[in-house]
Amino acid sequence: MSLELRDIHKHFGPVRANDGITITVETGTLHGLLGENGAGKSTLMKVLSGFHSADSGEIVLDGKTIKLASPDDAIAAGIGMLHQDPLVFLPFSVIDNFVLGSPGEGRLDRRAAAADLEELCTRYGFKLDPATPARLLTVGERQQLEIVRLLWLGARVLILDEPTTGISADQRLKLFATLKALAEEGMSVIFVSHKLEEVAELCERVTVMTRGKVVGEAEMPVPAEQLVEMMFGQAIEPQERTEAELGSSQLKLDSIQMSTGLLSDEPLSLDVRAGEVIGVAGMEGSGQDTFLRICAGMVTPKLGKVAVAGEDLTGRHYHGFLDADVKYLPAGRLEEGLIEGLTITEHFVLTGSNRRFFIDWEEARRVAEDQVEHFTIKGTEASTAESLSGGNQQRLLLAMLPANLKVLLMEHPTRGLDIESADWVWEQLLARRQDGTSIVFASADLDELLRYSDRILVFFSGRVIGELEAASTNVDEIGLLIGGRTANATGGQS
Amino acid sequence: MRSRANSVLLPVSLVVGSTVLLLLLAGTNPWDPLKLIVQGSLGWPPFEGGSASKVGDTFMVWVPIALASAGLIVTFNAGMWNIGIEGQIIMGAIAAAWVAREVTVARPLLVALTLLAGAIGGMLWGLLVGVLRTAGGVNEIFGGLGLDFVAISLTTYLIIGPWQRPGVASTSGTEVFPEAALLPSFGGSRLSLLAVSIALIALLGVWVLFRGTLYGLKLKAVGRNRRSSFLIGIATNRYLLGSFMICGALAGLAGTSQATGFQYKLIPAISGNYGFLAILVVLLARFRPFLVIPISFFFAMIAVGSSSLSLRLDVNPTLGGVLQGVLVLSAMFGLGWSAYRAQRSEASVSGESVT
Repeated sequence: MSLELRDIHKHFGPVRANDGITITVETGTLHGLLGENGAGKSTLMKVLSGFHSADSGEIVLDGKTIKLASPDDAIAAGIGMLHQDPLVFLPFSVIDNFVLGSPGEGRLDRRAAAADLEELCTRYGFKLDPATPARLLTVGERQQLEIVRLLWLGARVLILDEPTTGISADQRLKLFATLKALAEEGMSVIFVSHKLEEVAELCERVTVMTRGKVVGEAEMPVPAEQLVEMMFGQAIEPQERTEAELGSSQLKLDSIQMSTGLLSDEPLSLDVRAGEVIGVAGMEGSGQDTFLRICAGMVTPKLGKVAVAGEDLTGRHYHGFLDADVKYLPAGRLEEGLIEGLTITEHFVLTGSNRRFFIDWEEARRVAEDQVEHFTIKGTEASTAESLSGGNQQRLLLAMLPANLKVLLMEHPTRGLDIESADWVWEQLLARRQDGTSIVFASADLDELLRYSDRILVFFSGRVIGELEAASTNVDEIGLLIGGRTANATGGQS
Repeated sequence: MRSRANSVLLPVSLVVGSTVLLLLLAGTNPWDPLKLIVQGSLGWPPFEGGSASKVGDTFMVWVPIALASAGLIVTFNAGMWNIGIEGQIIMGAIAAAWVAREVTVARPLLVALTLLAGAIGGMLWGLLVGVLRTAGGVNEIFGGLGLDFVAISLTTYLIIGPWQRPGVASTSGTEVFPEAALLPSFGGSRLSLLAVSIALIALLGVWVLFRGTLYGLKLKAVGRNRRSSFLIGIATNRYLLGSFMICGALAGLAGTSQATGFQYKLIPAISGNYGFLAILVVLLARFRPFLVIPISFFFAMIAVGSSSLSLRLDVNPTLGGVLQGVLVLSAMFGLGWSAYRAQRSEASVSGESVT
């Protein structure tokens, strides 16, 4: 099914999220949509899948102009969207999720549906048991469930929004193989990503977007540098590792033990020095989050002590840690960091140093304007948090951090960010480390861990399975440890 | 601006339209009852001779609705559905009644004491909802509803028990309070300029709170995202409790005005359901304190004016209740519908998360 987007405009207030986008996707092609965060990719895909209606422009499917008032209309027209977080109802079983979106309210024939599910799974080599509760599926399997569900509903255009976030390498290979197979069967696949390698590996054609506009189109393969230049106007050099002078002990964990079973009984001790960067690696849910929460005072360990700059903080609550200049920045930017509905100015008032009862809005706006400029946040001081793109939300969060932090704890500092934003984030973090802030960050990106950490802690099933010097280790060693294979089994460093 | 006007106009016209339709169905021409409502609340022609007591009554019904609305704006902004406001009004009335019955001092001081007692009574009852919520994890809707029932029962108990009229075991109310405890009234009506001023000051105060203070901004932040607020360093529980205390105190003042400014005694239904009505007012007013003034006045007019409807027109006396139900539902529907339309057409939030 061929698809044409003609001159799509979509504005949000003053922000031109889509400013005259025209894209043609041919039948049976894998079409990449590449762009940095905030380029307008997600908005365009939401228009195409019926979540937003465009201000102007046309969507033409097989030569016919169609109107999409809701996601319902889109799927009825054969356009299916796979969201970044698969839309799976966790308490439901696989088969109930499968049939949930099907039209009609009448009799539910689970057996017939299960047969269809099985046939689709066999065709694409998925293994989904109809009776399994969806919460037991991995993110990759949830995606597979979504894909077969959309196919079953008759999707002939499949949109995937950043589908490789949070899935394993194996699952990614499987996903790509499936997408290639689908394209061969005549499906049009739109692959939205900011990852160059993935687009290069998968797509036959690519459209590059920047600031709400199409800035380039190319038949693959093209050199990565050319794509980067289209996205950013210039090629970006990868940064070298930077070293910093380490100060005295700043964060000290002494024989920490958890009672909840999230961390094993094996006591954990750690000494982080001023200016040191500790990377935390491991499969999701291996205990890193609990570890960070202990460091932040959000979880009190059963045994052991937590001290910051020589002061014993054990048993104090999160706000006590905050007063001791420890700050925790979790992964959910809009859920656990920013406040939906409040403007950038209001965020700075909340976190600012001015504690007067009455707010001086004139001054607050000035401060916010300065910060917006200084941190190059794409938005105005009156923009609400949720109107910002992921990268700009991260910029706002960093701008809101108190000065003179002793310890900064972060989860996935650059998850979902494009290269430019990610580099910018680390520039800010490294500047803080030069000022003596100790940084402890969890990440799933091994390159990021290797490039920015001094030491790397690898978690496996609730305990630290390895502690590595970043300068003398490599991706393979970390990867094996993450999978639970210790160094002596692999013969040490390369 | 257009959509903002729509968001008020649409529900209001829907309310009026469905009211007219209801009256037609009830077999009266719609003009007569509406005229009667205006006549009953403001006099006819409005504000002319002999209408002073009606206007006074309407204002004194407006006061508790406006005060409760001011309080509810605070809890709504903090993200709390303070259904317990009825109980807070009642406990304010009980506390004020206690002072009015037990304390004998000069009038200005006694009036001040009843107001203070009323505010404290409502505040503590509100605090209780908040404590149940923050310390016990009891949803404020259920906690508030439960405490409403407790407050209602306590009123009935006091009226037929310790505070009963000598020789009479009746639920019609306590003895009338001594004159010195009553809110000073104006020109032979029940209109108390003091009560009206307190309501206006409360609305102004709430406007200032959310317009220009750090406390108000923090309350709003807590209401919109408790987790982020906590991580930013806001003591979220303290702010939740604070919102319940402010709302409870204002509700308590509403109860005081009911007891010492309108009924002049404690009666079982002392709250007049104005707390529930205020929920509707606040939703209609979109949490804007100054919009509360006309909207709550409109409801006060209906409340006062419709009391004589069934007497004057040949309609079933239950019509009043049906009318109120239709009002509430059509307003809710209108609000929801205009919000839905605004969302469809403007999608003002670009990051609107659908994942």
